[in-house]
Amino acid sequence: MNMLTSLLGWIDDRFPLSKMWKEHLSEYYAPKNFNFWYFFGSLALLILVNQIVTGIFLTMNYKPDAELAFASVEYIMRDVDYGWLMRYLHSTGASAFFVVIYLHMYRGLMYGSYKKPRELIWIFGMLVYLALMAEAFLGYLLPWGQMSYWGAQVIVNLFAAVPFGIGEPLSEWIRGDYVISDATLNRFFAFHVIAVPLVLLGLVVAHIIALHEVGSNNPDGVEIKKNKGPDGKPVDGIPFHPYYTVKDIVGVAVFLFFFSVVLFYMPELGGWFLEADNFVPANPLKTPEHIVPLWYFTPFYAILRAVPPMLDSQFPGVIAMGAAIVFLFFLPWLDRSPVKSIRYRGGLYKAMLTMFIISFITLGWLGTQPAGGIYLILSQIFSVLYFVFFITMPWFTKVDKTKPVPERVTK
Amino acid sequence: MSTDGLDKSKRRFLTAATSVVGAVGAGFVAVPFVLNMQPSERAKAAGAPVEIDISKLEPGMKVTSLWRGKPVWVVRRTKQNLDDLQKLQDKLQDPDSTVTSQQPEYVKGISRSIKPEYMVMEGICTHLGCSPTHRPELGAPDLGGPEWLGGFFCPCHGSRFDLSGRVYAGAPAPTNLKVPPHKYLSDTKIIIGINPGEGVA
Repeated sequence: MNMLTSLLGWIDDRFPLSKMWKEHLSEYYAPKNFNFWYFFGSLALLILVNQIVTGIFLTMNYKPDAELAFASVEYIMRDVDYGWLMRYLHSTGASAFFVVIYLHMYRGLMYGSYKKPRELIWIFGMLVYLALMAEAFLGYLLPWGQMSYWGAQVIVNLFAAVPFGIGEPLSEWIRGDYVISDATLNRFFAFHVIAVPLVLLGLVVAHIIALHEVGSNNPDGVEIKKNKGPDGKPVDGIPFHPYYTVKDIVGVAVFLFFFSVVLFYMPELGGWFLEADNFVPANPLKTPEHIVPLWYFTPFYAILRAVPPMLDSQFPGVIAMGAAIVFLFFLPWLDRSPVKSIRYRGGLYKAMLTMFIISFITLGWLGTQPAGGIYLILSQIFSVLYFVFFITMPWFTKVDKTKPVPERVTK
Repeated sequence: MSTDGLDKSKRRFLTAATSVVGAVGAGFVAVPFVLNMQPSERAKAAGAPVEIDISKLEPGMKVTSLWRGKPVWVVRRTKQNLDDLQKLQDKLQDPDSTVTSQQPEYVKGISRSIKPEYMVMEGICTHLGCSPTHRPELGAPDLGGPEWLGGFFCPCHGSRFDLSGRVYAGAPAPTNLKVPPHKYLSDTKIIIGINPGEGVA
């Protein structure tokens, strides 16, 4: 024991180990009223670790070569010991990541966690979300199935829609060829396994540092730092460790229960997590009959399809899709409400948020349906509603009747 | 170190000048990294011309070949098909092929071909690059019933094209399907990637 203490002292003289432990865990005071919605940050971290670890093991047998890629994935599935487990952990993990992140973001919307002074936490979080989307898209090409190929073809061609003669050279630069090819697969592999993960990790660290600088929000939207006891600690705060580490472990156990059911019994989840067409090797001559991105991209895909081409160009659709994400970045400044939490906001905000969530989910479903007819009209209606939420936000958050916010957090 | 009474403007000038030189240097260093991602010489050279044998192509049928990694179709149109092209004029976005980027100048107008019987085009939707499906059957119920006179349907985003690769108005695809440079080597052989009058490179 004595030796361990002196070892710790030796380290602390050279590296702020105890200091960091205290700052971020044992003396990081989090509000005591966290509820169900506060599980998803730590779950996202868990999945990030899962993706990195299983990803490393997958690269040991995967071959980023158009001739070999598809077969190497099948090799991992059939011949490598527990290769199937690594792959399904990775593919189920990808979808689980988005489930958790979407719930985490919804929590932010409900409790105003993006509002001052947490704007940067929100922006870092949005950048994490963008990096995650890039990571998911790049990774989806690697199995070199039909959906990999044609999905990448469609998305890279979005860049070709940029006008003023920039688009075509830009898409060639991204592909490294005139079509999706071996060169594309090879570079997507490089981006997927090293470039984007490095960026992602950096952003996650920035997200957490920013969070620990200002302190966590809570379901009441009350700043616990405003109310400190004589010892200088927030009276409504409890140390993250052991209180929330233990709570989060319960969350992890429950999450793993659901995760394992999908992982072991339905890793394809009826085509929602792994699409049937991707079990057919990429064929540049034939587009699958029904091409859809994976579920986490479908809301934005529906918005893309909802906008008709203008002036012989489908660039407006691309702009709309981009804007659907860019608007989220500006949430901290679009929201003019004096209160943070939905608990103390009026009916108008609740109604608008409900409309937004319904639009987002409906667009997600429409993105999986064939283009045209009633689906197209519905996509257009819900795309408009999606944007109405952001565009009218400065107005409805200002006129909305709010309730008085308590001094201390409630139950 | 005391900074009182110092003339800081020289210092500021030097800092700014050093930063500018540094930024220019960083810009130059970025060039090889950006260009490294361009299509390689090998990828550029892979675009060699391809020959297609059409001797066994029956009227109404289509053959597909691969040129520069893209599907290229040759469709043999029937007399009926060619007559039908006229009837579609007011339903199309660009019935007379006025967008010059979509075909070489030696294929013009409604038939968009050198020999009207054989239609040569790139099987890549001008929307987002999917490969449309050949739907030659007249009056296909899912494509507008009796009004459908044969053509192509893109499964990705629902664009429709006629048998000349001309896009229907209101489709997400902005322009007609592209006609690649091609010429007839004989009555039964077409070469893709070469204009009439040019030799094989």
